[in-house]
Amino acid sequence: MQDYDVLIVGGGHAGAQTAVALRQRGYEGSVAIVCEEAAPPYERPPLSKEYLSGDRSADDILIRPPAFWAQAGIDLHTGRRAVAVEADARRVTLGDGATVGYRHLVWAAGGAPRRLTCAGHALAGVHSVRTREDVDRMRAELASVDRVVVIGGGYIGLEAAAALAKAGKRVTVVEALPRVLARVAGEILSRFYEAEHRAHGVEVRLDTAVECIEGSGGRAAGVRLHGGELLPCEMVIVGIGIVPAVRPLRDAGAGGDNGVDVDEHCRTDLPGVFAIGDCAAHVNRYAGGARVRLESVQNANDQAAVVAHALTGSPKPYDAVPWFWSFQYDLRLQTVGLSTGHDEVVVRGEVASRRFSLVYLKEGRIVALDCVNTVKDFAQGKALILRDDIPREVLADSSRPLKQAVPAAV
Amino acid sequence: MIATSEDEADVAVAGGAGTLSLVPMLVIGRSGDGRVVEAGVGTSLMEEIRAAGFLELRAICNGCCSCATCHVQVGGEAAGRLPPMGEEERELLAESENRTARSRLSCQITVTQEMAGLTVTVAPED
Ligand SMILES: Cc1cc2nc3c(=O)[nH]c(=O)nc-3n(C[C@H](O)[C@H](O)[C@H](O)COP(=O)(O)OP(=O)(O)OC[C@H]3O[C@@H](n4cnc5c(N)ncnc54)[C@H](O)[C@@H]3O)c2cc1C
Ligand code: FES
Repeated sequence: MQDYDVLIVGGGHAGAQTAVALRQRGYEGSVAIVCEEAAPPYERPPLSKEYLSGDRSADDILIRPPAFWAQAGIDLHTGRRAVAVEADARRVTLGDGATVGYRHLVWAAGGAPRRLTCAGHALAGVHSVRTREDVDRMRAELASVDRVVVIGGGYIGLEAAAALAKAGKRVTVVEALPRVLARVAGEILSRFYEAEHRAHGVEVRLDTAVECIEGSGGRAAGVRLHGGELLPCEMVIVGIGIVPAVRPLRDAGAGGDNGVDVDEHCRTDLPGVFAIGDCAAHVNRYAGGARVRLESVQNANDQAAVVAHALTGSPKPYDAVPWFWSFQYDLRLQTVGLSTGHDEVVVRGEVASRRFSLVYLKEGRIVALDCVNTVKDFAQGKALILRDDIPREVLADSSRPLKQAVPAAV
Repeated sequence: MIATSEDEADVAVAGGAGTLSLVPMLVIGRSGDGRVVEAGVGTSLMEEIRAAGFLELRAICNGCCSCATCHVQVGGEAAGRLPPMGEEERELLAESENRTARSRLSCQITVTQEMAGLTVTVAPED
């Protein structure tokens, strides 16, 4: 394969947007994306939402029409995996033995779904929700599925549960912790979603650990819980997070123990090598200055922009307010900021009305808002993040726009 | 939305199954470069602008009404025939620094025959 000025490994949200942003900023060097998946870049969020439910097709979720890439002068090498990086020689080796030289390498490989390690984890009928092929496999089986067990009560597991419950399946969500969404949201939101799922016929089992997956004829037939109970089912969905896909970079000497460490310009400590998106551990002031990996479309896109700026001679450090969304049933959740470590929550509006926002504070500073069916709070809330001068009674009064809470002339 | 449902039904019939009627509109990018784009009836205006090569339309959330990076300004006679804004579109746009009376979120607009001749200008980045 020819050498490239910019070689991007991974054609997900971060990799695709890096290539687009480079061209948009007038970058004239050669640019290629090498991606393990066969499909041209597509959006991942619909996989657990409209693509699983069948409301959007494979074409509908493409990030750009297939002809776009060649037109923009971006070489797409799909179906090829990067297996080794030689940082000093500035060269990547692919799975088929081919080598590709680069001037700048952008590692945007995301993560692989964390797998169960218990007995039965590899049986047919056990799925993760990370790639379009994962969901295609699920959908091909759905006609013969009545009962589904979802292991893991994070956003992806809950979205899949909602889509399948709406499709008439009998769904059970098994969560090891005492509440769903425990790592990403406050208890009020967890309890709200648990109640919503139950109201839609989903069984939610908390504080519940999985012992193994039982099979019959090579297919999953049930999930055995710690303590012995069996949940019979025809499909198991495992949504227990991802493992960052950074092996070749780590082998090449890049630092980091949760993904790959990057600086404010998304540079790793290998020369000429950037890392962005789900696999990039960066210091984030919205996380109180902690080093974090963020798994969101916002982070993937905004870090792609940081790399494009760095490579076009106008470096701009990464400093974007995190935001995220999740759709379940008729509930549109939009989050701005990071609620991790909050010590106070103000509720805006009535939770029972299914239209409310939660304002999270840490040491008196607003760190995040979870907005359920309240786009207005989401849109206005962004300006409140990291402020410590907003009276609680204003935050709590949903009849007063959050905008009014921000003192003028900031 | 409701105001246009009848028109959309007409267009669908006129287009017929499998055929795509194209509607010409003028798209102007951030650097002032304008081009006539033939947008397909029933597609998202945001996707048509991006597909036409206006890379500056980031549209990060791909139509989820969460990012406002698909912000455009509409003009021409056809602008008066656009379906009214939904609540979410209005509330998200309200916070844009570059909002004008002609602002719309292009991901919330489905192309219809009535939009022939529309002028669409990509809004400055917030
Ligand atoms: C089901 C689901 C729902 C989601 N919903 C939302 C949501 O509603 N809102 C939101 O903000 N975020 C959501 N996310 C998260 C969001 O999709 C991710 O944060 C985003 O995709 C990260 O982009 P990325 O480019 O870093 O990684 P990815 O999109 O995962 O792309 C990485 C690509 O690199 C490829 N790759 C990996 N290793 C190699 C290698 N060695 N060589 C070549 N290619 C390789 C992978 O196959 C993959 O195609 C969701 C994610 C999933 C899975
Ligand atoms: S694409 Fe995000 S609001 Fe339109």
